[in-house]
Amino acid sequence: MFLEILIAFFLIFHLRKTLRSFNPDPVWDQRFTIAMYAIAVLGLLEFLLRIEYVTKWIWHLLLLLIILFSFNKKELFSTRITMYAVLPLVVLGFLRDIIEVSTTKLYSDIEKYIDYAFPVAITWMIALLIRSKKQHKALLAERKKREEEEQELRQMTERKAELESVVLERTAELLTQKEELQHALSDLKSTQAQLVHREKMASLGELTAGIAHEIQNPLNFVNNFSEISIELTDELLQEITKLSVSEEEKDNLFSFIKDLKNNQQKINFHGRRADAIVKGMLLHSRKSTGQKELTDINALADEYMQLSYHGLRAKDKSFTATMQTQFDNSLEKINIIPQDMGRVFLNLFTNAFYSVTEKKKRPNSLNGSENYQPVVTVTTKRLSSALGDRVGNEGREVEIKIRDNGMGMSKETLDKIFQPFFSTKPTGQGTGLGLSISYDIVTKIHGGQMNVKTKENEFAEFIILLPA
Amino acid sequence: MDKDNSLKLTNMKVLVVDDERDMQTLFEQRFRKEIRKNEMDFAFAFSGEEALTYLSQHVHEAVLILSDINMPGMSGLELLRHIKKDFGTPPPSVMMITAYGDDENYKQCMDCGADDFLTKPLDFTMLKEKLKMIK
Repeated sequence: MFLEILIAFFLIFHLRKTLRSFNPDPVWDQRFTIAMYAIAVLGLLEFLLRIEYVTKWIWHLLLLLIILFSFNKKELFSTRITMYAVLPLVVLGFLRDIIEVSTTKLYSDIEKYIDYAFPVAITWMIALLIRSKKQHKALLAERKKREEEEQELRQMTERKAELESVVLERTAELLTQKEELQHALSDLKSTQAQLVHREKMASLGELTAGIAHEIQNPLNFVNNFSEISIELTDELLQEITKLSVSEEEKDNLFSFIKDLKNNQQKINFHGRRADAIVKGMLLHSRKSTGQKELTDINALADEYMQLSYHGLRAKDKSFTATMQTQFDNSLEKINIIPQDMGRVFLNLFTNAFYSVTEKKKRPNSLNGSENYQPVVTVTTKRLSSALGDRVGNEGREVEIKIRDNGMGMSKETLDKIFQPFFSTKPTGQGTGLGLSISYDIVTKIHGGQMNVKTKENEFAEFIILLPA
Repeated sequence: MDKDNSLKLTNMKVLVVDDERDMQTLFEQRFRKEIRKNEMDFAFAFSGEEALTYLSQHVHEAVLILSDINMPGMSGLELLRHIKKDFGTPPPSVMMITAYGDDENYKQCMDCGADDFLTKPLDFTMLKEKLKMIK
């Protein structure tokens, strides 16, 4: 019976171990421990009191219960092979005792077979136990592996999270870099455009200066000779008075000479005008020679309006337009570079007159009116607003509006008009620089603003704001 | 007495050097009163080379030379150097005239020994003032 006690003890121990290693459960752990103590105590009692005839049934029952229990409990699935190992021995022992109790006769008959069966059962048990041990080891190994894998997975998850945060960081870095690069690129592009612009402007400036110089020399002769001619006519008048001719003849000669003198004066006047323009061209071609000076903006605008109008009239005799001025006479002189602002006005007026001329040339049906009247208006006004504040001039500024009722502009055109070399005029008629230069002059040189209002086929209005 | 005086004034002999031939007409007309009164006498050369030839043939006659800077062939600056080196002690006064009145041109002329510097278009009133000062 000693064997059975050992088996029971071993099984409980095995179950406890299995449970401990795979599914720790303190309640069952405690129960198993109690069971082990109980078995030990019972075994000791059996040994001391010789109550074998009672206890052997307890052992049988206990073993069967243990086997049944382990078969029923899912957590103890891995102990099954151990149970199979001990099962034949347990059943054999149980059978033998039953047979022994029930029929002594039958017992004596089969005792021999049972005795043979015991070693087989023991061998079976040992074989299966070895296998179970192996399986257990394999299981443990697998478990260890799984744990390792889990650990690895955990580490990998951690690494992944780490990497992800690094990636996020890098992405953010890259994004800022990308933005910086884009910014730099757009800066570069605008710088490039400016350089191209400046380069073109420089060559244009040189050309202008060259032309101006070439014109200057012959123009000097015109002016000088006309001046001398005026002097000469005066002398001629004096000489005639000395002549002994009839008063009638003298009067006749006087009137000729006066006409001559008038003509010379006209030549001189217009020569001086041309000279002023040439000087303006020369001044502009030389970088920033213009000095800001207090200028009557009304007079300047009027002068260039006339200049532009007569310039066009000179080219095209059929050209006419109504010029309207709405000057704010309370305007004080403002500090500007007159040559530069003159250039702006010249550009704007020339464009305005060009636009109304083009409209006039079109068939009336397109103009929506039978009798289209070209009108160019210049308006000046004193305003008080933020622009003047910015340059510390008590919030005062001057608004100059140049409006024509010509072709107007489409949205597409409007977007490009301040770009250098953009022109709607036929090739050779416009450099496309006028408005871009004007824009630079107003905004960069004078710290002002230049805005446009327009409606296609109806009007265009350029609004210049200058700090005053 | 009168004659003596006029003789004295003819001392003002001016050589004008300019490749523009109309300069001669212009000067002659601008200074016609002075010429008529024999206060001034003008000679004209239309290139640097011509000016040098004139000066070598008329030693010590010209008191004042007005020269353009930009001329084909010998430039006004070269002419100026020649005059200051080769023609008499003291050499005649030389006024340089140019359309390009920038500082660099001015400095160059002064470095070469020019006595004055004028820019085109010539202001004849001012020129007359300057000539009076020399006289």
